[in-house]
Amino acid sequence: MWARTEEILPYALLLPSLVFLALLILIPMVQALLLAIQADSGEFTTAYLQRMAVDVNFNDAWRNTLLLIVLIVPLQIVLALAMALLVNSRFKGHQWFLYVYAIPLAISDLAAGILWLAVFTERGYLNTAAQGLGIVDQAKVYLSFENFGGLVAAIVIAESWRATAIVMVILVAGLQLIPRDFFEAADLFGANRLRRTLYVVLPLLRPSLQSALIIRTIFAFQTFAVVLALAGRNMPVIAAEAYSWYANNRDAHLAASYALLLLGLTIVFTFVYLRVLGLREAEVKR
Amino acid sequence: MTAVAAARSPRMNARTWDRVLIYGSAILLALWVLVPFYLIFLSAFSRPNDVFTYPKPLLPTDLSTETMQTFLNSTGVFASVINSIAVAVLTIVISLAFGAPAGYALARFTFRGRQAVQLVILASKMFPVAILSIPLAVAFLRLGLYDNVLGIALVHSAMALPFVVLVTAGVFAGVSNELEEAAMTLGCSRLTAFLRVALPLALPGLAAAAIFTFVISWNEVFASSILTLRQRTLPALVLFALQQSPLYFKFAGGFFMVMPAIVFIFFMRRYLLNLWGGR
Repeated sequence: MWARTEEILPYALLLPSLVFLALLILIPMVQALLLAIQADSGEFTTAYLQRMAVDVNFNDAWRNTLLLIVLIVPLQIVLALAMALLVNSRFKGHQWFLYVYAIPLAISDLAAGILWLAVFTERGYLNTAAQGLGIVDQAKVYLSFENFGGLVAAIVIAESWRATAIVMVILVAGLQLIPRDFFEAADLFGANRLRRTLYVVLPLLRPSLQSALIIRTIFAFQTFAVVLALAGRNMPVIAAEAYSWYANNRDAHLAASYALLLLGLTIVFTFVYLRVLGLREAEVKR
Repeated sequence: MTAVAAARSPRMNARTWDRVLIYGSAILLALWVLVPFYLIFLSAFSRPNDVFTYPKPLLPTDLSTETMQTFLNSTGVFASVINSIAVAVLTIVISLAFGAPAGYALARFTFRGRQAVQLVILASKMFPVAILSIPLAVAFLRLGLYDNVLGIALVHSAMALPFVVLVTAGVFAGVSNELEEAAMTLGCSRLTAFLRVALPLALPGLAAAAIFTFVISWNEVFASSILTLRQRTLPALVLFALQQSPLYFKFAGGFFMVMPAIVFIFFMRRYLLNLWGGR
């Protein structure tokens, strides 16, 4: 009797969580799919997806989303790697720097967008600093629909500032799994810091780099509030279109179509990553 | 004497340079993170008309609470802060009630399907909330949970639950199983052993999980905006007002959203690596 309870107990403890996740993640996911391809009458239709494809913002939305990912994710990986390697060198006080680097972890993309709005707005801190240093002779307008480059740069900087923290935390955790002996061995063979990083640390850090890359890319697809804060409606992205079709137009079908596009792209990217990175790993093993 | 000094100094120099390089870049990166906080602080503690001042003062010589007061007295702001707190507290209760037992199970038992469960938890940690919000809005309209604090809390709990499971699993793994077993040989049941031995020891870690849950909920924008009309949370209100609100309102709102997050992350800094790192 006792033994049986002990066997059932872990499942009983896990069940509520799994049911909860099924109700709030699995079922809505299926519902999102149905909303995009099923009319209110119950008929299956591609009408919503077609309407999305000819929507004025559709092409801009997916292009901008991909553009932002291509610019933001590599920048974050490099920045986070620099932070993680520094923290991992365990200099005196490194814990405090780890804490400081991790603070943006607790900042929403909306708040990050507003923080950087104070910097990039016409009468903001960037112009103040640039003019103070004599780089520009009068305040420039960075955030307008005529200045696409300025909008992209502001969003890339704000997102890199905010979400580098997640990547950094993943990489620091990964670095801690590497035995210290490896570093000492590399030193013993006369490797300098750069060679040690390139040939010892980075290959061992590959699993963490992979999961950081995947997690960040998945989240980067959802970028929306930082875009709305800095660019308003001048820079359509997929998640903002989904938001706007529901919040402003009350059209759940089109909103779900955009959400479905988001899900599809997320799955494709994750798959490609796993494929490409997985293949490389096999090469390394050979 | 001079020979020794000469032999030493190049090495000393190299080490000093090394230090300068490490601290220099560490401080530079820290400034990159911290300066925007300082600037939003300057922007929020000003007078509403100061947004037109140019060039901007870079030193805190002319601070005022006028902007923050105007913001907090604006229509809907106070109510939205109350909503945000209510949603966050509900989210903590729900996700800990569901997640902590699951974390305990993962920490204490080896059972068939353990790997699969861990995989499900990891996958749901990454699931994009933007995709869930729209079908949930439709479902909540039918269930009477739309524009409802509990409805938002349910979605936030789904987001926070995987983190709570992972953090609590780490916490319970750190509490020795032998203590519980000793209590059971001394006549405690599994439940009383858990309540009297494991739970008190796990309390600081559970508090950290609660704090992180608060941060997740307090920050969440997309679902809160989609699922509400009048019962807006603070981020939903600020997002909604983005197009028509004046700059000073945004800056004050930004500062107000950022502040608790910084304080809370300080209290759970020991557990930071458990959230995303490791397995």
